[in-house]
Amino acid sequence: MSGVPVLEAKGICKYFGGLKAVESVDMQVQKGDIFGIIGPNGAGKTTFFNMCTGVYAPTKGEIFLQGENITKMAPDKIARKKMARTFQNLQLFKFMSVLDNVKIGCHTKTKTNMADAILHTKRYKEDEKYAVEKSLEILESIGLADYKDTMAGNLAYGMQRKVEIARALALDPVILLLDEPAAGMNPNETASLMEFIKMLNGKGYTIAVIEHDMKFIMNSCNRILVLNFGQKLCEGTPDEIKSNQQVQEAYFGKGIVAGEAVKVNG
Amino acid sequence: MMQQAKAFYEKYKVIILIVLAAVLAILPFVIKKTLYIRYLCNIMMYATLAGSLNAINGYSGQFCLGQAGFFAIGAYTGAALAKNFGISFWPLLIVGGLMAMVVGFIVSLPTLRLSGIYLSIVTLGASEIIRIIAQTWEPVTGGSMGIKQIPYPEFFGVDMFKPQNYYYIFLALLILFLFVTNRVLKSRVGRAWMSIREDEIASKSLGVETSRYKSTNFMYGAFWAGVIGVAYAPFVNYIEASQFTTDTGFNVLAMVVLGGQGTLAGPILGSVVVTVLTEALRFLESWRYVIYALLIIFMMWVRPQGLMGASNSMLAGGKIKVKEEKKKGGEAK
Repeated sequence: MSGVPVLEAKGICKYFGGLKAVESVDMQVQKGDIFGIIGPNGAGKTTFFNMCTGVYAPTKGEIFLQGENITKMAPDKIARKKMARTFQNLQLFKFMSVLDNVKIGCHTKTKTNMADAILHTKRYKEDEKYAVEKSLEILESIGLADYKDTMAGNLAYGMQRKVEIARALALDPVILLLDEPAAGMNPNETASLMEFIKMLNGKGYTIAVIEHDMKFIMNSCNRILVLNFGQKLCEGTPDEIKSNQQVQEAYFGKGIVAGEAVKVNG
Repeated sequence: MMQQAKAFYEKYKVIILIVLAAVLAILPFVIKKTLYIRYLCNIMMYATLAGSLNAINGYSGQFCLGQAGFFAIGAYTGAALAKNFGISFWPLLIVGGLMAMVVGFIVSLPTLRLSGIYLSIVTLGASEIIRIIAQTWEPVTGGSMGIKQIPYPEFFGVDMFKPQNYYYIFLALLILFLFVTNRVLKSRVGRAWMSIREDEIASKSLGVETSRYKSTNFMYGAFWAGVIGVAYAPFVNYIEASQFTTDTGFNVLAMVVLGGQGTLAGPILGSVVVTVLTEALRFLESWRYVIYALLIIFMMWVRPQGLMGASNSMLAGGKIKVKEEKKKGGEAK
């Protein structure tokens, strides 16, 4: 656990008017982690992700990507620093082919401008070759090569999720943020997604994932952060989290009969 | 049927395009009536203008209503410079385009923070401002008198005065526009535009500098509107501000919407339909606008994606496989 963390948040806050969506959360994702973020609905998980990727500017606090301060940087600049993400409610380019979806992920790696495109210069040819090869390679590894010419919006839901991950992988990310990748998937799809994410991790990708599926989180993550009402409840390994009483309370409520409520509050 | 036609087109693409170009090239020799040639000129001119609007509305999803303004800038730049300074038509095509592009850039600046209906209102306002400037800036634009007797272009000593000759100018511009636009769309730039149209936040999260691409997209559309404006002025020989009202803008928009946004062929078809209808229904006088409106409502009802928009790939950037093929792929796996 040494070295500079890939992604580090220091005292991150986000207030929407009087609502404290995220309140001084700290996080350190180390290289090679599968880092899980869990918490009940409305705990501020997605808001937290949105601050890491620059969609929202934090009210307070700082975010570092590989030691570089990226607080309040625009999303496209952060993407250039190789942080990639997926979205909770699928934000695919629905009316474009699967291949084109992934090709856009190569945007930061290519330099073609309009003049290159019109004149078909060497740069255009090299960039197109790179984008096609890279995209096909990713689609191959994710098992979507057969669907490269299909319109992304026509695919089954589980596959659309995969396309979104493929698109993010085209950035060659140093960290991949997945926002509820298993949402709306059936148990089989979830299991195969879990395998896929572990495989990615094996290849050296650092992954941070928000998920509600406990099986998924407990079986794949090596560290877990629990948020509740915008605050960090605790952080630790899956076993620590499972046995943590505060976490149990956040999810299941307090045991009034056994008198635990009094004990905790006191 | 649409899919079969598409497959056929893909297979014999080169031959079809050559035949089409040949037919278009000899048309002025076959059609003897000058009036019909004028109609064809109009169709091609509006096809390019609608195409330039489609490059904005159909590909980056910014809803521009002010194409008439960019068109006017091209027309006035060309006409004023040709008439007062005797500059040749050909370099003016570029100058007019660049002028419109600069204005397009200025209009795009406030719109970078706006989207949807607010952006539309700004572009509509810009278009009206340009028209009012044209109407009042007498020393340059001739005020409400307009600019008369705009010099005709010359091509190696051949006077392009006759519509039979002018036809080739519009044809060349249309082909050039389609060729260039097709190349831009099939590149990183075009993909970036389309990704903005589909989902701007996702596009940003993948590193696309959306503000820059929205702005260049606007400038690109404005440039071509300016170019076609330069070509338009000598063709009608007389321009004045009332030719560039928002009605013109909406007319062009109707072509794009009828033909199918986000397809290259759509605006051409839209231009054919609208121009032919305008001429064919002339005997109805003002009532033709009613027919026109009904047609648009009917279209929105039965075919909202436009005539050329295939049901499943209206806004698609590339080839799209049909469902059957998808199933086959699934079984093979």
